[in-house]
Amino acid sequence: MSNSVISVQNISKQYRLGEIGTGSMVSDLNRWWHAIRGKEDPYLKIGETNDRTKAGNSDYVWSLRDINFEIEQGDAVGIIGRNGAGKSTLLKILSRVTLPTTGTAKIKGRIASLLEVGTGFHPDLSGRDNIFLNGAILGMRKDEIKRKFDEIVDFAGVERYIDTPVKRYSSGMYVRLAFAVAAHLESEILIVDEVLAVGDSEFQKKCLGKMGDVSKGEGRTVLFVSHTMSAIKQLCTHSILLNQGSVEKQGLTADVISHYLADSNQIAANSVILPEKNSALYFTYIAITDDNNDGSLLTNDIDFYVLLDFIVAEKSVNVEISVCFKNSSGVNVFFTSLSDANTGKTLDLDPGKYQAKVKIPNNFLLPDSYTIDIYAHNRGTVNLDVHQDVLKFYIEDLNSYMAFYGKAAGDFTTVLNRCEWDFSKL
Amino acid sequence: MDDITQTWDLEIKPKSSLLNINLKELWHYRDLMWLFVRRDFVAQYKQTILGPLWHVIQPVFTTLMFLLVFGKIAKISTDGIEPILFYMSGITIWTYFSTCLTNTANTFVANAPIFGKVYFPRLILPLSVVMSNIVKFGIQFLLLFVMMLYFALFKHIPIVFSVNWLLIPVLILLMAGIGLGCGIIISSVTTKYRDFAVLLTFAVQLGMYVTPIGYPLSYLQSKPYKWVITINPLTSIVEAFRYSLFGKGTVDTGSILYSVIFMIVVLIIGAIYFNKVEKTFMDTV
Repeated sequence: MSNSVISVQNISKQYRLGEIGTGSMVSDLNRWWHAIRGKEDPYLKIGETNDRTKAGNSDYVWSLRDINFEIEQGDAVGIIGRNGAGKSTLLKILSRVTLPTTGTAKIKGRIASLLEVGTGFHPDLSGRDNIFLNGAILGMRKDEIKRKFDEIVDFAGVERYIDTPVKRYSSGMYVRLAFAVAAHLESEILIVDEVLAVGDSEFQKKCLGKMGDVSKGEGRTVLFVSHTMSAIKQLCTHSILLNQGSVEKQGLTADVISHYLADSNQIAANSVILPEKNSALYFTYIAITDDNNDGSLLTNDIDFYVLLDFIVAEKSVNVEISVCFKNSSGVNVFFTSLSDANTGKTLDLDPGKYQAKVKIPNNFLLPDSYTIDIYAHNRGTVNLDVHQDVLKFYIEDLNSYMAFYGKAAGDFTTVLNRCEWDFSKL
Repeated sequence: MDDITQTWDLEIKPKSSLLNINLKELWHYRDLMWLFVRRDFVAQYKQTILGPLWHVIQPVFTTLMFLLVFGKIAKISTDGIEPILFYMSGITIWTYFSTCLTNTANTFVANAPIFGKVYFPRLILPLSVVMSNIVKFGIQFLLLFVMMLYFALFKHIPIVFSVNWLLIPVLILLMAGIGLGCGIIISSVTTKYRDFAVLLTFAVQLGMYVTPIGYPLSYLQSKPYKWVITINPLTSIVEAFRYSLFGKGTVDTGSILYSVIFMIVVLIIGAIYFNKVEKTFMDTV
């Protein structure tokens, strides 16, 4: 017996690339001409999968192609996939922002979608006014908002600022308020796009907790898009993996995630491709990886690596490569260099492609979120290439010895190290 | 098996029928409409010194300008109505129409950021524009009434209250309907081709000259180009507005009927077109 609240059948979505001008008007006329003669839209037959890296021949691409799935009531379902896999398009269709090109989606109950935080917030209006406005945009009636008002304010923690225009809010307060409104909407289905990335980790946890309550406690259905595998793992029982507009795998979250991460062709989830530079030496690619996955889910108990690809365009002497780790409070926690730490000698490099990989041992950095600065330099004199805050990653606490102290751990230490202690009675 | 008996609240499919306006849903979102009206009002005059007083200043200065151009320079008669009242009444109702039109005409383009992120019946926004403009019209009408009182008290030009005053809400509704209808048609075509937004700005400017705002319709009697003015569906509304207030003007049932039919036609075309565009405009806007 199916208890589906969302049933998606053969949904496809085609987009037209390029500019709108005379060319698109010709297509419009052609389409219209086919329509009056009762023929099928000629542009639906063409189109390519949405592979952004290759230049295609067609002006039309399929952002989604024949998507099918069912979601049962009370499920929390994660939607994962690389950038451009069609996650956001799918959510847009389900939240009725746009229509599919073909196929149908059937939905039972009211949908609240949070594709962006603070949609329709007006900077000049007070927090109070914006709660009502935003709530109404999301489909709440006035008395419903009134009933939930205190709860919303309380969750967002902005009681003191409630009559201040939201343009005076810090970005964190803004996000909290916006999420609070959406999360308290009495809808049967809650759709959340990657919006939590903006808040601090404490708030992210609170949001995940709230979404967990919504699905497990209240029996409502949650659809959640995220690149943060740990968040998906924590919240979602089932997941759907999209790849180039098609469903590649669906099922239990653990299976889907491991399938996603095992895909070896894939560029690590936590990586950055850097643009070419007119410089003697420049970085091209940086990634965080670990031994069995792509580094999107780091815990304190595993080793991980920082991978640095760089190109030497002209013969360079006396080269040093360094990485600096900065924690969430902006403190430079740790600095390591290719030659300083190992051979003690800097490198003389001929033109070519190089890769440097540094292993960060387990139980060394305190679980926290980190950003990395990378440097290529002539040992402290001339900087050849520098990227600050180039990558962000998060180390989750899996029973580190500081876990006991919770959030306060960061007040006492920035690193972990199990030291030898001698202990005796005197 | 179970699938057949299941009832779905919502079905998202590529195309739906032409006139599938979900009035029930529109009704559900009525609070949102009022909140938009409120937002427009509160936000528009934040960080201004004069605030809503601007609604009054604008018609006063336009009236003075008309007084100079049409009254003093061109010396066009005003149908025997006190010139200030004549111009101000015309400007008041014209302003209502033109703001309704221009503000609804950019519905899609101006609100694309919201529309791109959340669903609500798109028609709510143009409707809220018409509503918030009624408030502004109310303020300006009050000003007009104060002027009428002034002339009645100090210049012995009595205000004649007749049953014709009851016609005024109907005329406002007509203006709102035509403004809304044209506005949503234009907003729908501008999602793809912005040319129409450019066209609109001077169409509104020119529109004021082919509507009897600065001159009475009677002034055109027996002029060969009179038809240009009379095919304008707004002409009879403006004339009827003045007739209701001052008892002077050129009004007949035929021309009013013409305006009513015009309004119904643009509203239907507008609703169909808007309804078609609102579902996919995010892909083209």
